[in-house]
Amino acid sequence: MDALILQALNGLASASSLFLVASGLTVIFGVSRIVNFAHGSLYMLGAYIGWTLVTRLAGDGAPGPLGFWGGVLLAALAVGLVGVVIEVLLLRRLYRAPELFPLLATFGVVLIVQDLALWIWGPQDLLGPRAPGLRGAAELPLLGLRFPRYELFLIALGPVVLGLLWLLFHRTRFGVLVRAATEDREMVGALGVDQRALFTGVFFLGAALAGLAGALQLPRESVNLHMDLAVIVEAFVVVVVGGLGSLGGAFLAALLIGELHAFGILIFPRITLVLVFLVMAVVLVLRPHGLLGAAPAGAAPAAAGAAEPVVRPAPAPVRRLGLAALALAFALPPFLGDYALSVLADLAVFVLFATSLHLLMGPGGMASFGHAAYFGIGAYAAALLAHHLAAPMAAGIALAPIAAGLAGLGFGWFCVRLSGVYSAMLTLAFAQIAWSVAFQWVEVTGGDNGILGVWPDPWARDRLVFTYLVLALCAGAGFLLLRAVHAPFGYALRALRDSGPRAAAIGIPAVPVRWLAFALAAAMAGIAGALFAYGKGSVFPTLLAIPRSVDALLMVLLGGVQTVTGPIWGALAYAGLSEQLVRATGHWRLVLGLAIVALVLFFPEGLAGAARRRWEARMAAARP
Amino acid sequence: MSVAAATPPVLEARGLVRSFGGVRAVDGVSLAVRAGELLALIGPNGAGKTTCFNLIGGQLRPEAGTVRLAGADITGLPPPRVFRAGVGRTFQITATFGSMTVRENVQMALLSHARRLFGLWRPARERMRREAEALLARVGMAEQAERACGVLAYGDLKRVELAIALAGAPRLLLMDEPTAGMAPAERGALMALVVRLARESGIAVLFTEHDMDVVFGHADRVVVLDRGRVLAEGTPEAVRADPRVRAAYLGWISV
Repeated sequence: MDALILQALNGLASASSLFLVASGLTVIFGVSRIVNFAHGSLYMLGAYIGWTLVTRLAGDGAPGPLGFWGGVLLAALAVGLVGVVIEVLLLRRLYRAPELFPLLATFGVVLIVQDLALWIWGPQDLLGPRAPGLRGAAELPLLGLRFPRYELFLIALGPVVLGLLWLLFHRTRFGVLVRAATEDREMVGALGVDQRALFTGVFFLGAALAGLAGALQLPRESVNLHMDLAVIVEAFVVVVVGGLGSLGGAFLAALLIGELHAFGILIFPRITLVLVFLVMAVVLVLRPHGLLGAAPAGAAPAAAGAAEPVVRPAPAPVRRLGLAALALAFALPPFLGDYALSVLADLAVFVLFATSLHLLMGPGGMASFGHAAYFGIGAYAAALLAHHLAAPMAAGIALAPIAAGLAGLGFGWFCVRLSGVYSAMLTLAFAQIAWSVAFQWVEVTGGDNGILGVWPDPWARDRLVFTYLVLALCAGAGFLLLRAVHAPFGYALRALRDSGPRAAAIGIPAVPVRWLAFALAAAMAGIAGALFAYGKGSVFPTLLAIPRSVDALLMVLLGGVQTVTGPIWGALAYAGLSEQLVRATGHWRLVLGLAIVALVLFFPEGLAGAARRRWEARMAAARP
Repeated sequence: MSVAAATPPVLEARGLVRSFGGVRAVDGVSLAVRAGELLALIGPNGAGKTTCFNLIGGQLRPEAGTVRLAGADITGLPPPRVFRAGVGRTFQITATFGSMTVRENVQMALLSHARRLFGLWRPARERMRREAEALLARVGMAEQAERACGVLAYGDLKRVELAIALAGAPRLLLMDEPTAGMAPAERGALMALVVRLARESGIAVLFTEHDMDVVFGHADRVVVLDRGRVLAEGTPEAVRADPRVRAAYLGWISV
């Protein structure tokens, strides 16, 4: 019994920290509709800046109360200012851009902050001081149990912050405007409220909350460079489960997730990593807008389709250029060394991976944050077959798209029934579930050690032969996808994206069309994954992890969502660039992050989109 | 006369009810449209015209009442199945596919009608092209077939929507304010076209309209809605002369 109570209290303490992070995220989303991927980075910055302030203010000895609490509050303010800088320099320019662009930009910020933090604070974990006045454990009245004082403080802090935020939003002019803007941004603008100042204020508040949460972790855990991504995923889950933009929902969801963590370890030790995402999936299936979220007012997204450019067949010179590039890829291998061959094979795999995701994001208009799931499931299907049944490579390559496609059917069944960010978050949840299975089901998947010895059959073991095999399969599968995009199916998908009411009125059934798109995209990603596995000779859980999903997203957005061949150029540019960057500089994250930010600001239609526009402008100028 | 009585009307709606937050937007509306006939649904803003349309077109489910199409019950079916049953629809605020050309918009409706939506190989651009061009020629949009819908004038978009609605070979056309945003001369031309289509192909047409010249110039019968209920029904002349309509709407209908 005592153990259970202690565990429940632990859960409450984590829930409070989680709520602090999630509250900032949900407030920012509510007003700006921006999914702030960099929120975890702000949390990490809070911890690092807090560490510096607290240790500096303390001098040599342990920090006094003023040094510690002053340092924590100053860290929160400093992070709030960082949030303001990000909003003013970057996000302010993107409010009119499609939903995914701010997301991409904030991911660029994640990379930049990671490198800056590494540069300033170094790679080693930093240990923070204990909180003065709250060291040690306290006797709990009635229960007769001892529990750490600092954790008790955190438990109390969550409701206090919720109460303060409630007062802010209901008793101040700023708060009332923020709530009004959450309900109806256009209306607030029409009433003559300075939206710029409002948004900047909201960013300051949200960032400061993240910074506060980070700094308050100092007495609990060491500060390290992985805090950002670890917390952002959990915070997203909390915000989505609670209902985007709902503070009360975020608090409820934080309690739910905090307790789930605490008791999940006791009850289901084998599936702790999956549990949170399973709960999120269940909540979203039962309540598509989260626990306390409301459906977005006045189904506005339908109008967004009107601005899409008309998709026309590529002009002949562009098609010739594409064919020439393809011919070059097939002509080059005999003249390349082993390393260059493996780079070429990787590029081909990434092109297929990105093209498959583009089917969902471009014509489908659906965001998938978890496309790595299908890549990884394809890879694991091939590897498991090779490892446990010693099956030949052909069997693995044939099974991969089937396994990934079935997963796409399963996951897609839920995702196509939700809208926008909720659907995207569900794809992320499913990807995390798939990753957790690969990570925790050690007997079958080898867990963290992966599966080794997944080599091609003897006839294809020669690098040159294998490279040609990869090129042929990727080109074939990619060609199939291109045909599908231009075929009635691709048009039907695009019709649903452009105008839901019109598509329904001419008999296009939304769910089956989108569901098939999910399965098709998943199957193609599965082929890419299997080829990648045979090329590397091994599979690891990282194949299904979030960074790989982000890679795919970046490739698609870099190339341009609205251009059919965009993902091809995006994959080549991104994979090529990151490969070169990693080799050339230790600060590749910084360079890549800056490149992403510049791209979002200056080439919002992606590389292929920008190229096409230049081409069309030149053609128009050349006409008499 | 006996033949007309024996065959059911193309559209027969009975006792439709739908409320929003306690307000009965549509409160027991019944109406029928026969093949080749144009029925105008009129009434002041908020009378329930668009809600009526959405109940018949499947965008909304009625709380009570039935919708029959050529005798078959289509009450509460979702829009794609209403389309398959033979209903074509144009919207008050035009809805077309912005990333497609005018011709491709019509091709999509044709492909859907022919149940060819799941083709993965042959380019959609090449399929049912002639049929689409023929439909566009019928509504006078042949010259603009290759343009993007986003750059069309509003009146032209209405014509494209009509071509899209015709692509499903409908028995019933639902047209929500078909001539809104058009110049007066254009309105007459479009409605004359709709009348011709209805007579030639035996299509039943139900439309709402604010312009009384269009209503009294082209409708065979008129149903007047007021606060969700049918206030009057009959030929344009009878409705115009109806003292109830005059009493309620004197000044509203500028006759």
